[in-house]
Amino acid sequence: MEVTLLTGRTIDQGCGKEAGKLSTEYAENVAVCELNGEDMKRLGIKDNSNVKVTTKFGSVVLKAKKSRRLKTPNIAFVPYGPWANQILGSSTGGTGMPSLKGVKATVEPSDSKVLSIQELLLNVQEKTR
Amino acid sequence: MPVVSSIVCPVCGCCCDDIEVTIEGNRITEVKNACALSAAKFEKFNEHRNTSPMVKKDGKLVEATLDEAIGKAAEILDGSEYPLLYGWSCTSCEAIKVGLELAEELGGAIDNTSTICHGPSTLATQDVGLVGATLGQVRHRADLIVYWGSNPWSAHPRHVERYTALSEGRFQKSAWKRFWRRINADNIRKKVARIAELATKEEDSLPNKEERAAKPEALRGEDRRVIVVDVKRTRSADIADYFVQVEPGSDYDILQALRALVRDEELEVDAVGGVPVDDLEELVDVMLDSKFGVIFFGLGLSMSGAKHRNVEAAIRLTQDLNKRTKFLIMPMRGHYNVTGADAVFTWQTGYPYAVDFSHGYPRYNPGETSAVDILQRGDCDAALVVAADPVSSFPRESVNTLVKNPLVVVDPHPSPTALMADVVIPSAFAGIEVEGTAYRMDHVPLPLRKIVEPPAGILSDEEILRRILVQVQSLKKKVQV
Repeated sequence: MEVTLLTGRTIDQGCGKEAGKLSTEYAENVAVCELNGEDMKRLGIKDNSNVKVTTKFGSVVLKAKKSRRLKTPNIAFVPYGPWANQILGSSTGGTGMPSLKGVKATVEPSDSKVLSIQELLLNVQEKTR
Repeated sequence: MPVVSSIVCPVCGCCCDDIEVTIEGNRITEVKNACALSAAKFEKFNEHRNTSPMVKKDGKLVEATLDEAIGKAAEILDGSEYPLLYGWSCTSCEAIKVGLELAEELGGAIDNTSTICHGPSTLATQDVGLVGATLGQVRHRADLIVYWGSNPWSAHPRHVERYTALSEGRFQKSAWKRFWRRINADNIRKKVARIAELATKEEDSLPNKEERAAKPEALRGEDRRVIVVDVKRTRSADIADYFVQVEPGSDYDILQALRALVRDEELEVDAVGGVPVDDLEELVDVMLDSKFGVIFFGLGLSMSGAKHRNVEAAIRLTQDLNKRTKFLIMPMRGHYNVTGADAVFTWQTGYPYAVDFSHGYPRYNPGETSAVDILQRGDCDAALVVAADPVSSFPRESVNTLVKNPLVVVDPHPSPTALMADVVIPSAFAGIEVEGTAYRMDHVPLPLRKIVEPPAGILSDEEILRRILVQVQSLKKKVQV
């Protein structure tokens, strides 16, 4: 399913961040993808199922969360954090600011597991070797 | 049990200065007046932290002495052709000052977190200026408050309570009674809908809160009013008198449409960015009827679509409104001292962020000298990160360059960036364990307090940076001799 990917702050992400980014609290609150209820029905998934979010920059597996706050369909919201940044590009168009909100993405159900922050970092390490 | 009051909170740009904590044997046992974010910091700051300096040996971070870690850090930075010094918004102005001196000494680039936050807002301000005031003015006088692309409920939880609609000003009363009634009504509606949902077994989203305050007429009245403009119905939208839902990436169009309407021009379309023109017209009337309006804008403007052009349009709208009434605009700055970082950068180098010293004098060209761009091009060959976590907050491509090269981290947190570093130097928490100065989002400097002692051997960011600077200077002297 094609979506517009939004990223942003949530209060749980903020609290998790202060508790420590290696805490399970942080991972539970940040490695999520909020979707509209109807979109979830269309994808045939339930709350807490895994979804793979893909952009032209990469893909990441996240826990789907039904959001009653996304009123319009075809919008996915992922809190700021290392998971969201797996699928965002670095190009700033000469402004210094990469486009972190409003990126085109696709969402599909996935059987893969959500990577922990340590696993994400291992991936980065391997790529840069 | 000593109680310390009037503490400035070192979390978000609100810098609330009324935090009260109870201390028992160098531990904070109770926090009062704090929001969820602030309480999480004061209560849990000590749970996950770097306790010992670490240096990478054979691909693994191992404990080291402080002198060893500082020596290694100085060696990495001095040996680098073009180091990037990044972070700075979660530490004191005093530490930032030393950081700038170090950047100049090294001939590197220095950038603060504004670069991926309100950097575009700064660019817009440099183009068209900014009509500002302190938050005290807003608290006492503002009768119309607009949150555009910002979600204070999540990012600045006490902003509404301390500075806008729910604060008791000298000339404007708090609107809490109205808010209270509304939240109660919403809760009842929610319960009724839930029962209906269970009875009919139909899963439906929330009751249409749009029923309430569906039209901007709801904004007419004597009290101060709140409008939220966002792509998502945030929790902040729930407490607003009127919520304008816009399509992602359409802020620029809507702002320009509002500007046209303020100038009494006709729009030859039915809707702009998903908002009916009739509603926009009403909105403009409400804005013009206000005696003292203010727009607080967030990253919804600076991170999406036209970025700095969005912010420029918002500032221009404020300027247009000022021809007919009084209107202000202010960015909702995120970290507690990101405003301070911009201020110190500016008074030391002339530029607020993205400063390059590679020519021996400060140069500023965001898009070229900004952190994400330097990393994306792979220009820097080492980095020093102070009080930030770019491995979490930068796009992946930039992170790859950052971790590929030698990386020195000065931070109290064992953040993902610290885990990937070659040298980690733990520091004390500014505002909890060491004193300093921070700038609130309206550029008011406030004192950060020392409430408890830092763990033995843990120094402030300022002291650590000064020691690195001294080491770098002595290494440079050796080369000259």
